[in-house]
Amino acid sequence: MNNMIVSVNPHIYAKDTTQTIMRDVLIALFPAVIASIVFFGVRALLVEVVCVAVAMACEWAFEKITNRPITVMDLSAAVTGLLLALNLPASIPIWQAMFGSFVAIVVVKQFFGGIGQNFANPAITARVIMLVAFSGAMTNWTVPAFTDATSTATPLAILSSEGAAGTLPTLAQMFLGARGGSMGETSCLALLIGGLYLICRRVITWHTPAAFLGTVLVLTALLGQQPLYQVMAGGLFIGAFFMATDYTTSPPTPAGKLIFGVGCGLITVLIRVWGNYPEGVSFSILLMNILNPYICEWTKTKPFGGVQA
Amino acid sequence: MFSGKLHGIHAPHRKNTVDRVPVRLPVPPVITVPMSMNIGAPAKPVVKPGDEVKVGQMIAEAGGFMSAPIYSGVSGKVKRLDEIVSANGRFDTVVVIETDGQQTVWEGVKPPVVTDKDSFVEAVRQCGCVGLGGAGFPTSVKLNVDPDRVHAIIINGAECEPYITSDTRTMIDSADDVIYGAQLLQKYYTADRIVIGIEDNKPQCVKIMQEAGKGVPGFEVASLPALYPQGGEKVLIYNTTGEIVPEGKLPIDVGAIVINCTTLAVIAKYIKTGMPLVEKVVTVDGSAIANPQNVIVPVGTPIQNVLDFAGLKCEPKKVLYGGPMMGTSVPSLEAPVMKNTNAILAFDAKDAEDPVPSSCIRCGRCVAHCPFNLMPAAIESAYNNKEPEKLKALKVNLCMECGCCSFSCPARRPLVQVNKLAKAMLNQYNAEQKAAAEKKAAKEKEKEAV
Repeated sequence: MNNMIVSVNPHIYAKDTTQTIMRDVLIALFPAVIASIVFFGVRALLVEVVCVAVAMACEWAFEKITNRPITVMDLSAAVTGLLLALNLPASIPIWQAMFGSFVAIVVVKQFFGGIGQNFANPAITARVIMLVAFSGAMTNWTVPAFTDATSTATPLAILSSEGAAGTLPTLAQMFLGARGGSMGETSCLALLIGGLYLICRRVITWHTPAAFLGTVLVLTALLGQQPLYQVMAGGLFIGAFFMATDYTTSPPTPAGKLIFGVGCGLITVLIRVWGNYPEGVSFSILLMNILNPYICEWTKTKPFGGVQA
Repeated sequence: MFSGKLHGIHAPHRKNTVDRVPVRLPVPPVITVPMSMNIGAPAKPVVKPGDEVKVGQMIAEAGGFMSAPIYSGVSGKVKRLDEIVSANGRFDTVVVIETDGQQTVWEGVKPPVVTDKDSFVEAVRQCGCVGLGGAGFPTSVKLNVDPDRVHAIIINGAECEPYITSDTRTMIDSADDVIYGAQLLQKYYTADRIVIGIEDNKPQCVKIMQEAGKGVPGFEVASLPALYPQGGEKVLIYNTTGEIVPEGKLPIDVGAIVINCTTLAVIAKYIKTGMPLVEKVVTVDGSAIANPQNVIVPVGTPIQNVLDFAGLKCEPKKVLYGGPMMGTSVPSLEAPVMKNTNAILAFDAKDAEDPVPSSCIRCGRCVAHCPFNLMPAAIESAYNNKEPEKLKALKVNLCMECGCCSFSCPARRPLVQVNKLAKAMLNQYNAEQKAAAEKKAAKEKEKEAV
């Protein structure tokens, strides 16, 4: 008898693996990386490299110490590191960026069981922790290139009730990314290209970003704000396409994704308009992460032909 | 209520053998005919060692209502009755026949007399037909229904599994038989519609069946999107009639009979000529096969003979009955071709390798691709936590094991395997619940009596 393999069907598989999906996300973030370097200089690249490297090293070390399978090559840690970097100001002290990567991977991801088990988005949570811990450095915005602005305040800070000094960038500057803000969030164009790439590659669906952006657009219009400005400002694009679509911390069904997106949009607008912070995207996604299990429960699929006993 | 489109996957087609007209395998020296080739009771051998048998002669009778007789596909001498472990892991009796190479046809082969529905069903039973799409459900049992309940006869020509082209060849080479079978069904069941569902990756079959079916009242060809699994019974019914077969019900409960096109052709041939189901067109393909083709094979032929005929490029590391999505892997090349074998696929070491599962990333692809809207990842965690009540609520019992979830899982979780185990867990739980309830009822009765 030759030793043939006997296994349960199916015997063929789709090409996608966790690694190819994460690689696609990295590819989709590439335009934003380029934009960050263009607008905020080589320091942006340095922060990105540090965050990715530290995230991957932390994942490797934690798994080595706890004697678990090493999952660094699935690239999910690299995605987390890069997303965190893109959500930081380019001027962030390197040790703080390293600390953020450590928190994201070890505290938020690995302490809860590693990939697929964390209840909150690691990059977002780490960013929120850094915002509280290093609030000065986290809002010390770099002057973007190609602008004659003398102030580095973000458009949302200028628009907010406290009314930071500065002139608002034009809509075109907002779209291209020549404005104050985290180094990866400013170029809506770059993020849009990446987001569309993810949708085309079927890594994400349109539901979450459309619901998120749509809700902000409609609500700010109803509240008498400038809707287009609000949609392009702050971290909305990177949040809607890259953070709110995180598999582990958002619902799997289309209905769930729509609810999740609308919830994110609602909380974002509430914080922006009435909250103490000028920007609310990170908080809104984090809050919706916490509600995610409930949304999943409400939006269970109805089995075809299923009869309720 | 459910509405909208059923999900599925874009499996690779790999229909390499579509143009290969089936060729007859040289008579193998020995065939081993298994008795369990259908859902239900195994057939009972009616021959003993030393008996001479001819082509078309009965070697085993139906072992009950839910069973089918078996006929010899060769002429020769019964060597012995033996026991083997079949691919599903159960013991099975086999009749081993040494062939004489003459292929003498049995004198008793003559067309049956069919005058009404009952004699038609009896003929189908005598023909030894079982669901040839792969399920192996005794066809006569399926057809043994009140004709008034039948509104649609659905012929399954979807052939949605990759590689397999045996149904395609049936539609190309035996279109008249398929149509004759359809006419017989129309005659005895007077359905409003006779629909043959064909995936649109086989435009030649759509055309041929449209031509062949001209003039048959109620006959139509439904061109289905090539989205696996179009050939799943409930999927096919929904996509051709819009009817949903509810949990625990049969197609006939929504007025439908589904029959595979090759099954229908075999019935038609039997009624025309009296030759029962003794041989099968089998697609031989896969990365270990030198010359992929369609082969006409007597039922009971060892797989080794079929593979040798098509030529092996290398030592096969995995060999399947049927397609790569739902096929069963065989433990040995001595395993025989069965009635419901429509393909034998042999794969090299690279394709045979089992993927290494990693952690679920909750991407939702298993949910997005499940034709029945189940939640395989949730089923997996309910199974791992041993929660049968949750499994019941998640309707794991509806799973048809089509493989879409495992296929699309980027973490390569063995979801189909877990679904199978979860179904067994749920069945056991239900049985225990029932037994406990009965025990309680009996005790209460006893109390009352006292």
